[in-house]
Amino acid sequence: MPTLKELSSRPERFVSGHRLCPGCGAGIVARQVMLAINKPVVVGCATGCLEVSSTIFPYSAWKTPWVHSAFENAAATISGAVAAYQSLKKQGRISQEAVFVAFGGDGGTYDIGLQSLSGAAERGHRMLYICYDNQAYMNTGIQRSSATPLGAHTTTSPAGRVLPGKLQHSKDLPAIMVAHGIPYVATAVPGRWNDLVTKVDKAVNCGGFAFMDILSPCRLGWPHEPALTMEITRLAVETCIWPLYEVVEGKYRLTYRPKEKKPVTEWLKLQRRFSHLFKPENASLLEEFQKSIDRGWEQLLKKCESA
Amino acid sequence: MGQNGKKVAKTGNEAFAEAMRQINPDVVAAYPITPATEIVQIFSQFVADGAVKTEFVPAESEHSAMSACIGASACGARSMTGTSAQGLALMWEMLYIAAGLRLPIVMAVVNRALSAPINIHCDHSDTMGARDAGWIQIFSENVQEAYDNLIQAVRIAEHPEVRLPVMATTDGFILSHCLETMEMLSDEQVRQFIGPVPARENLLSSLENNRPITLGALDLQDYYFEHRRQVAEAMVKAGPVISGVAEEFGQRFGRTYGFVEPYRLDDAEVAVVVMGSTTGTAREVVDKLRSAGQKVGVLKIRVFRPFPVEEIVRTLSPLKAVGIMDRADGLNAFCGPLYPEISAALYDEASRPKLVDFIYGLGGRDVSPANIEEIFSDLLQVARTGKKNFNLKYTGVRE
Repeated sequence: MPTLKELSSRPERFVSGHRLCPGCGAGIVARQVMLAINKPVVVGCATGCLEVSSTIFPYSAWKTPWVHSAFENAAATISGAVAAYQSLKKQGRISQEAVFVAFGGDGGTYDIGLQSLSGAAERGHRMLYICYDNQAYMNTGIQRSSATPLGAHTTTSPAGRVLPGKLQHSKDLPAIMVAHGIPYVATAVPGRWNDLVTKVDKAVNCGGFAFMDILSPCRLGWPHEPALTMEITRLAVETCIWPLYEVVEGKYRLTYRPKEKKPVTEWLKLQRRFSHLFKPENASLLEEFQKSIDRGWEQLLKKCESA
Repeated sequence: MGQNGKKVAKTGNEAFAEAMRQINPDVVAAYPITPATEIVQIFSQFVADGAVKTEFVPAESEHSAMSACIGASACGARSMTGTSAQGLALMWEMLYIAAGLRLPIVMAVVNRALSAPINIHCDHSDTMGARDAGWIQIFSENVQEAYDNLIQAVRIAEHPEVRLPVMATTDGFILSHCLETMEMLSDEQVRQFIGPVPARENLLSSLENNRPITLGALDLQDYYFEHRRQVAEAMVKAGPVISGVAEEFGQRFGRTYGFVEPYRLDDAEVAVVVMGSTTGTAREVVDKLRSAGQKVGVLKIRVFRPFPVEEIVRTLSPLKAVGIMDRADGLNAFCGPLYPEISAALYDEASRPKLVDFIYGLGGRDVSPANIEEIFSDLLQVARTGKKNFNLKYTGVRE
């Protein structure tokens, strides 16, 4: 694992001047990922906050080749780039080494982009797909996605007089990716940068398709105090809402175990999207939330033990 | 027959696949769909047998196939695909993006009707739906043309003044599955004709030069219009390039192609405008009517995008009546897609023919010589009286 000092001496390839919100998780994720890759890299982005905020023509925050084509196809677009790279390399038309990374939000990854992600993973292109997961369609103005947690208020799962926010749990996308039999899957949070950069380094060197789901707070959509971004991601880990693990060749391994598992309310109370859950009439929903997290954590521990 | 060629029997799909083998693209990303499936199927075998150097991406959808072509072309790779109908419709979003990013992707399209009802046979509704996507569109009358068009498409797309994607089409089943005699060039002739991939700035070259580019940036009110204007200009510049490539092709291989192909139009009073495989049937009918003393002819449109306004004005304005044979419907309570463009091209001419639209052959409905004779009979009546009783007629449908 590179030290912080080493990381700070590497050239920045995602630079300041972009127009992401203060406190946005996506920019921090992008910067950490780019610092972690100590090789020449080609980046693709799905349509979303990271894309629209970092490349407003004629400006770009990317000091590395970067491409965006559409919303649902970052994996497919980069799979073509990888194919081109391999073809040109084989023919001796390029000598440059390169790694390929695609970024998509949870909308572009869990939902509209799931097919192209699955296709690229199954074909096994040598690339890293990063989902910067802010748990809703933030770029279009905070609409629910299949990554939105139970009970969260979004503009299309609003908490109202009869409905308490989103009625469904989020789906387990890392497990779906593990089921593809790809060599590397991991979760990460920017608040634990050492864990994140270590995983990115492993991912780009795994020899095949790698997938990382990185929790990325949205201060407008969750919303929370911008200064709390990193803290909130660490709390997500401490409450086991976002456990840190990796799955290498199908084998689960916990990469961080909280000393003391904190109650989910510690995490929920910092975000207004969950404020209605603290009303007495939603007590059962809050309980269900805790239970589902407990269940998920137990299941994960079992997967790690059996590995 | 031209110089040097080898006479072979090929279906349209085989001819497309053989042309792709000879083009030997860096990347092919494709997804099967009837009646274009064989193209990717045959090509997969070429890959499996090591007959090409191509990296083949068997995508999980046409949308991803085109996306992968975009990613590959953005890296400077010569990239190709093939599809039809619903597949082209699923690509729709990416067609505009391929053109807008100025990526010289070449696609073999087998024309097929769009659902619903689902149908696998020929009409032009699929490519007509993509007519404003910024793709150059070249229609083929027969298997030979399909082969020749796809090879020329590479040169046109990659020309530095153009850099637009190109689709070359065949009529589904009528050409895609029909065995015809054609003349195949040698691999070496094709290789020499298309040449190496011309240098253009791309993601990988920018990595090598350490001058990284951002491709597909957000373009707002202050730049989008200028960039779209450049795409429009590229389509204008494609005109002379298409002519130049066709001329060179003719000089080398003995088969010459224009934007349009007039048949017995010189002294004609009445003509039909037609695209694709129906042209041959129309020529037969013209010969028959000519021998009966009627002054009739045919104008085939080979290049639909860019639209050949000058050629249309030159060939059609002296006529008295022209029937436009539209193998797609506009569903606009007015006409099919070819009619208004021809109409607009002729509008400002002092002398111009009466125009009538004939929508025909939807979903692979056979078009017989009798159908076309009936069209000519209507047109001759218009020419005689100088009046038309209808603007649009559906030919060959039970009503």
